[in-house]
Amino acid sequence: MEGLSMGGYGAYVWTCFILAALVFVICEWRARLRQRRVYRDIEVRIKALGDTQ
Amino acid sequence: MWKFIHKLASPPHFYSLAARMVPWFVVPGLLLVAYGVYAGLFIAPADYQQGDAFRIIYIHVPSAYLSMMTYMIMAVSAAIGLIWRIKLAHAVAAGAAPLGAWFTFLALVTGSIWGKPMWGTWWEWGDPRLTSELILLFLYFGYMALRGAIDDTVKADKASAVLAMVGAVNVPIIHFSVEWWSSLHQGPTLVKKGGPAMDVAMLYPLLAMILGFTFLFAALLLRRVRAEVLFRERRTRWVKELVLSGGT
Repeated sequence: MEGLSMGGYGAYVWTCFILAALVFVICEWRARLRQRRVYRDIEVRIKALGDTQ
Repeated sequence: MWKFIHKLASPPHFYSLAARMVPWFVVPGLLLVAYGVYAGLFIAPADYQQGDAFRIIYIHVPSAYLSMMTYMIMAVSAAIGLIWRIKLAHAVAAGAAPLGAWFTFLALVTGSIWGKPMWGTWWEWGDPRLTSELILLFLYFGYMALRGAIDDTVKADKASAVLAMVGAVNVPIIHFSVEWWSSLHQGPTLVKKGGPAMDVAMLYPLLAMILGFTFLFAALLLRRVRAEVLFRERRTRWVKELVLSGGT
Protein backbone atom coordinates (compact mmCIF):
# COMPACT_ATOMS: atom_id res chain seq x y z
CA MET A 1 0.00 0.00 0.00
CA GLU A 2 2.90 2.35 0.73
CA GLY A 3 4.12 1.97 -2.85
CA LEU A 4 0.67 2.84 -4.17
CA SER A 5 0.26 5.96 -2.04
CA MET A 6 3.51 7.48 -3.41
CA GLY A 7 3.99 9.65 -0.36
CA GLY A 8 0.52 11.15 -0.74
CA TYR A 9 0.94 11.87 -4.47
CA GLY A 10 -0.42 8.47 -5.60
CA ALA A 11 -3.57 9.88 -7.24
CA TYR A 12 -1.49 12.28 -9.37
CA VAL A 13 1.23 9.79 -10.30
CA TRP A 14 -1.00 6.80 -11.09
CA THR A 15 -3.45 8.93 -13.07
CA CYS A 16 -0.61 10.00 -15.37
CA PHE A 17 0.65 6.45 -15.93
CA ILE A 18 -2.87 5.10 -16.58
CA LEU A 19 -3.59 8.00 -18.93
CA ALA A 20 -0.42 7.29 -20.92
CA ALA A 21 -1.38 3.62 -21.27
CA LEU A 22 -4.84 4.68 -22.45
CA VAL A 23 -3.38 7.05 -25.05
CA PHE A 24 -1.24 4.26 -26.51
CA VAL A 25 -4.20 1.85 -26.56
CA ILE A 26 -6.44 4.44 -28.25
CA CYS A 27 -3.77 5.32 -30.85
CA GLU A 28 -3.23 1.63 -31.67
CA TRP A 29 -6.96 0.93 -31.82
CA ARG A 30 -7.64 3.92 -34.07
CA ALA A 31 -4.78 2.98 -36.42
CA ARG A 32 -6.13 -0.56 -36.75
CA LEU A 33 -9.69 0.70 -37.21
CA ARG A 34 -8.65 3.10 -39.98
CA GLN A 35 -6.72 0.33 -41.76
CA ARG A 36 -9.68 -2.07 -41.48
CA ARG A 37 -12.18 0.54 -42.75
CA VAL A 38 -10.09 1.51 -45.75
CA TYR A 39 -9.45 -2.14 -46.59
CA ARG A 40 -13.15 -3.02 -46.29
CA ASP A 41 -14.16 -0.06 -48.50
CA ILE A 42 -11.74 -1.24 -51.17
CA GLU A 43 -13.10 -4.79 -50.95
CA VAL A 44 -16.67 -3.51 -51.36
CA ARG A 45 -15.66 -1.33 -54.34
CA ILE A 46 -13.85 -4.19 -56.07
CA LYS A 47 -16.82 -6.50 -55.48
CA ALA A 48 -19.24 -3.87 -56.85
CA LEU A 49 -17.05 -3.39 -59.93
CA GLY A 50 -16.90 -7.16 -60.40
CA ASP A 51 -20.70 -7.47 -60.16
CA THR A 52 -21.30 -4.81 -62.80
CA GLN A 53 -18.85 -6.34 -65.26
CA MET B 1 21.35 6.66 -52.40
CA TRP B 2 18.75 8.34 -54.63
CA LYS B 3 17.76 4.95 -55.95
CA PHE B 4 17.15 3.76 -52.38
CA ILE B 5 15.11 6.86 -51.49
CA HIS B 6 13.14 6.55 -54.71
CA LYS B 7 12.38 2.90 -53.98
CA LEU B 8 11.39 3.68 -50.37
CA ALA B 9 9.04 6.42 -51.54
CA SER B 10 7.23 3.97 -53.79
CA PRO B 11 3.85 3.28 -52.07
CA PRO B 12 3.72 -0.51 -52.65
CA HIS B 13 7.29 -0.95 -51.42
CA PHE B 14 6.71 1.22 -48.36
CA TYR B 15 3.43 -0.55 -47.60
CA SER B 16 4.99 -4.00 -47.38
CA LEU B 17 8.22 -2.78 -45.75
CA ALA B 18 6.29 -0.91 -43.02
CA ALA B 19 4.34 -4.05 -42.11
CA ARG B 20 7.60 -5.94 -41.61
CA MET B 21 9.15 -3.11 -39.60
CA VAL B 22 6.36 -2.66 -37.02
CA PRO B 23 7.36 -5.61 -34.76
CA TRP B 24 10.98 -4.37 -34.74
CA PHE B 25 9.76 -1.20 -33.06
CA VAL B 26 7.05 -2.69 -30.85
CA VAL B 27 9.20 -5.31 -29.08
CA PRO B 28 12.10 -3.05 -27.97
CA GLY B 29 9.59 -0.27 -27.27
CA LEU B 30 7.59 -2.45 -24.87
CA LEU B 31 10.75 -3.76 -23.18
CA LEU B 32 12.15 -0.26 -22.66
CA VAL B 33 8.84 1.09 -21.35
CA ALA B 34 8.45 -1.92 -19.01
CA TYR B 35 11.92 -1.23 -17.56
CA GLY B 36 11.26 2.53 -17.43
CA VAL B 37 7.93 2.14 -15.63
CA TYR B 38 9.30 -0.34 -13.09
CA ALA B 39 12.51 1.56 -12.40
CA GLY B 40 10.81 4.95 -12.51
CA LEU B 41 8.09 3.96 -10.05
CA PHE B 42 9.88 1.59 -7.71
CA ILE B 43 13.69 1.93 -7.99
CA ALA B 44 14.39 5.65 -8.55
CA PRO B 45 14.53 7.50 -5.22
CA ALA B 46 11.99 10.22 -4.43
CA ASP B 47 13.09 13.77 -5.27
CA TYR B 48 14.30 15.75 -2.26
CA GLN B 49 11.98 18.67 -3.10
CA GLN B 50 9.09 17.20 -5.07
CA GLY B 51 8.88 13.83 -3.33
CA ASP B 52 7.22 11.03 -5.32
CA ALA B 53 5.31 13.53 -7.48
CA PHE B 54 8.47 13.89 -9.58
CA ARG B 55 7.73 10.41 -11.04
CA ILE B 56 5.22 12.11 -13.34
CA ILE B 57 8.24 13.16 -15.47
CA TYR B 58 8.49 9.56 -16.71
CA ILE B 59 5.30 10.22 -18.68
CA HIS B 60 5.38 14.00 -19.05
CA VAL B 61 8.87 14.41 -20.51
CA PRO B 62 8.63 11.65 -23.19
CA SER B 63 5.18 12.84 -24.27
CA ALA B 64 6.27 16.51 -24.40
CA TYR B 65 9.35 15.56 -26.43
CA LEU B 66 7.20 13.48 -28.81
CA SER B 67 4.67 16.29 -29.18
CA MET B 68 7.41 18.55 -30.58
CA MET B 69 9.29 15.88 -32.52
CA THR B 70 6.08 14.73 -34.22
CA TYR B 71 5.35 18.28 -35.31
CA MET B 72 8.81 18.55 -36.84
CA ILE B 73 8.31 15.21 -38.64
CA MET B 74 4.97 16.54 -39.91
CA ALA B 75 6.40 19.89 -41.03
CA VAL B 76 9.49 18.40 -42.72
CA SER B 77 7.40 15.72 -44.47
CA ALA B 78 4.92 18.35 -45.61
CA ALA B 79 7.78 20.47 -46.99
CA ILE B 80 9.28 17.46 -48.80
CA GLY B 81 5.87 16.64 -50.25
CA LEU B 82 5.34 20.21 -51.37
CA ILE B 83 8.81 20.78 -52.84
CA TRP B 84 9.62 17.39 -54.38
CA ARG B 85 6.01 16.25 -54.83
CA ILE B 86 6.58 12.95 -53.07
CA LYS B 87 3.14 11.52 -52.28
CA LEU B 88 4.44 9.35 -49.46
CA ALA B 89 5.71 12.46 -47.63
CA HIS B 90 2.19 13.89 -47.49
CA ALA B 91 0.94 10.53 -46.21
CA VAL B 92 3.55 10.65 -43.43
CA ALA B 93 2.45 14.17 -42.46
CA ALA B 94 -1.22 13.15 -42.46
CA GLY B 95 -0.48 10.03 -40.40
CA ALA B 96 1.66 11.90 -37.88
CA ALA B 97 -0.88 14.64 -37.05
CA PRO B 98 -3.35 12.64 -34.89
CA LEU B 99 -0.48 11.01 -33.00
CA GLY B 100 1.10 14.39 -32.36
CA ALA B 101 -2.21 15.72 -31.07
CA TRP B 102 -2.56 12.78 -28.64
CA PHE B 103 0.98 13.21 -27.26
CA THR B 104 0.50 16.96 -26.92
CA PHE B 105 -2.73 16.30 -25.04
CA LEU B 106 -0.88 13.84 -22.79
CA ALA B 107 1.95 16.34 -22.16
CA LEU B 108 -0.54 19.08 -21.28
CA VAL B 109 -2.65 16.92 -18.97
CA THR B 110 0.29 15.33 -17.14
CA GLY B 111 1.91 18.76 -16.84
CA SER B 112 -1.29 20.08 -15.35
CA ILE B 113 -1.52 17.14 -12.94
CA TRP B 114 2.08 17.83 -11.91
CA GLY B 115 1.35 21.54 -11.56
CA LYS B 116 -1.41 21.12 -9.02
CA PRO B 117 0.69 19.67 -6.16
CA MET B 118 3.90 21.52 -7.14
CA TRP B 119 2.68 24.99 -8.15
CA GLY B 120 -0.71 24.94 -6.44
CA THR B 121 -2.59 25.40 -9.72
CA TRP B 122 -3.76 23.21 -12.59
CA TRP B 123 -3.06 25.89 -15.20
CA GLU B 124 -1.39 29.29 -15.52
CA TRP B 125 -2.37 31.30 -18.60
CA GLY B 126 0.58 33.68 -18.32
CA ASP B 127 3.13 30.89 -18.49
CA PRO B 128 4.92 30.79 -21.89
CA ARG B 129 5.72 27.03 -21.85
CA LEU B 130 2.14 26.03 -21.05
CA THR B 131 0.59 28.46 -23.51
CA SER B 132 2.94 27.62 -26.40
CA GLU B 133 2.32 23.89 -25.87
CA LEU B 134 -1.44 24.56 -25.95
CA ILE B 135 -0.94 26.47 -29.23
CA LEU B 136 0.81 23.33 -30.55
CA LEU B 137 -2.33 21.31 -29.79
CA PHE B 138 -4.44 23.87 -31.66
CA LEU B 139 -2.01 23.69 -34.60
CA TYR B 140 -2.54 19.92 -34.77
CA PHE B 141 -6.32 20.44 -34.60
CA GLY B 142 -6.11 23.12 -37.30
CA TYR B 143 -4.02 20.87 -39.54
CA MET B 144 -6.46 17.95 -39.20
CA ALA B 145 -9.52 20.20 -39.62
CA LEU B 146 -8.07 21.78 -42.76
CA ARG B 147 -7.26 18.37 -44.21
CA GLY B 148 -10.75 17.08 -43.40
CA ALA B 149 -12.42 20.15 -44.89
CA ILE B 150 -10.95 19.66 -48.38
CA ASP B 151 -12.16 16.64 -50.36
CA ASP B 152 -9.50 16.84 -53.06
CA THR B 153 -6.44 15.05 -51.62
CA VAL B 154 -3.93 17.05 -53.68
CA LYS B 155 -5.42 20.39 -52.61
CA ALA B 156 -5.69 19.20 -49.00
CA ASP B 157 -2.03 18.15 -49.08
CA LYS B 158 -0.90 21.55 -50.35
CA ALA B 159 -3.02 23.67 -47.99
CA SER B 160 -2.20 21.61 -44.89
CA ALA B 161 1.51 21.50 -45.81
CA VAL B 162 1.66 25.30 -45.74
CA LEU B 163 -0.04 25.36 -42.33
CA ALA B 164 2.34 22.67 -41.00
CA MET B 165 5.40 24.60 -42.17
CA VAL B 166 4.22 27.95 -40.80
CA GLY B 167 3.32 26.35 -37.47
CA ALA B 168 6.82 24.89 -37.12
CA VAL B 169 7.97 28.25 -35.80
CA ASN B 170 6.16 27.37 -32.57
CA VAL B 171 8.44 24.38 -31.81
CA PRO B 172 11.62 26.35 -30.95
CA ILE B 173 9.41 28.80 -29.05
CA ILE B 174 8.15 25.92 -26.86
CA HIS B 175 11.67 24.60 -26.33
CA PHE B 176 13.33 27.90 -25.45
CA SER B 177 10.35 29.54 -23.72
CA VAL B 178 11.68 28.63 -20.27
CA GLU B 179 14.98 30.38 -21.08
CA TRP B 180 13.61 33.41 -22.93
CA TRP B 181 10.86 34.35 -20.49
CA SER B 182 10.17 33.91 -16.81
CA SER B 183 8.16 30.73 -16.36
CA LEU B 184 6.65 28.60 -13.63
CA HIS B 185 7.95 25.62 -15.57
CA GLN B 186 11.41 24.46 -14.56
CA GLY B 187 14.35 25.01 -16.91
CA PRO B 188 16.00 22.31 -19.04
CA THR B 189 17.09 19.27 -17.02
CA LEU B 190 18.24 16.84 -19.70
CA VAL B 191 19.57 18.96 -22.57
CA LYS B 192 21.82 21.52 -20.92
CA LYS B 193 25.46 22.57 -20.67
CA GLY B 194 27.44 20.24 -18.44
CA GLY B 195 25.09 17.28 -19.01
CA PRO B 196 21.81 16.26 -17.39
CA ALA B 197 21.13 17.62 -13.89
CA MET B 198 19.80 14.31 -12.59
CA ASP B 199 21.09 11.38 -10.63
CA VAL B 200 21.63 8.30 -12.80
CA ALA B 201 19.07 6.35 -10.72
CA MET B 202 16.46 8.82 -11.99
CA LEU B 203 18.04 9.46 -15.37
CA TYR B 204 18.27 5.92 -16.77
CA PRO B 205 14.55 5.12 -16.38
CA LEU B 206 13.77 8.48 -18.00
CA LEU B 207 16.03 7.76 -20.97
CA ALA B 208 14.46 4.30 -21.27
CA MET B 209 10.99 5.85 -21.28
CA ILE B 210 11.96 8.44 -23.91
CA LEU B 211 13.47 5.76 -26.13
CA GLY B 212 10.60 3.32 -25.48
CA PHE B 213 7.98 5.96 -26.27
CA THR B 214 9.89 6.81 -29.47
CA PHE B 215 9.93 3.16 -30.61
CA LEU B 216 6.22 2.72 -29.89
CA PHE B 217 5.48 6.01 -31.61
CA ALA B 218 7.42 4.82 -34.67
CA ALA B 219 5.32 1.64 -34.78
CA LEU B 220 2.10 3.65 -34.49
CA LEU B 221 3.26 6.06 -37.18
CA LEU B 222 4.06 3.21 -39.55
CA ARG B 223 0.57 1.75 -38.99
CA ARG B 224 -1.07 5.13 -39.56
CA VAL B 225 0.93 5.84 -42.72
CA ARG B 226 0.16 2.36 -44.09
CA ALA B 227 -3.57 3.05 -43.75
CA GLU B 228 -3.08 6.47 -45.34
CA VAL B 229 -1.14 4.96 -48.25
CA LEU B 230 -3.82 2.30 -48.76
CA PHE B 231 -6.52 5.01 -48.87
CA ARG B 232 -4.61 7.21 -51.30
CA GLU B 233 -3.73 4.28 -53.56
CA ARG B 234 -7.17 2.65 -53.37
CA ARG B 235 -7.74 2.95 -57.12
CA THR B 236 -4.38 1.56 -58.19
CA ARG B 237 -3.69 -1.87 -59.60
CA TRP B 238 -1.32 -2.98 -56.84
CA VAL B 239 -3.96 -2.31 -54.16
CA LYS B 240 -6.57 -4.20 -56.16
CA GLU B 241 -4.18 -7.14 -56.50
CA LEU B 242 -3.34 -6.96 -52.81
CA VAL B 243 -6.98 -7.08 -51.74
CA LEU B 244 -7.90 -9.79 -54.26
CA SER B 245 -5.04 -11.94 -53.00
CA GLY B 246 -6.32 -11.50 -49.44
CA GLY B 247 -3.13 -9.75 -48.33
CA THR B 248 -3.16 -7.12 -45.58
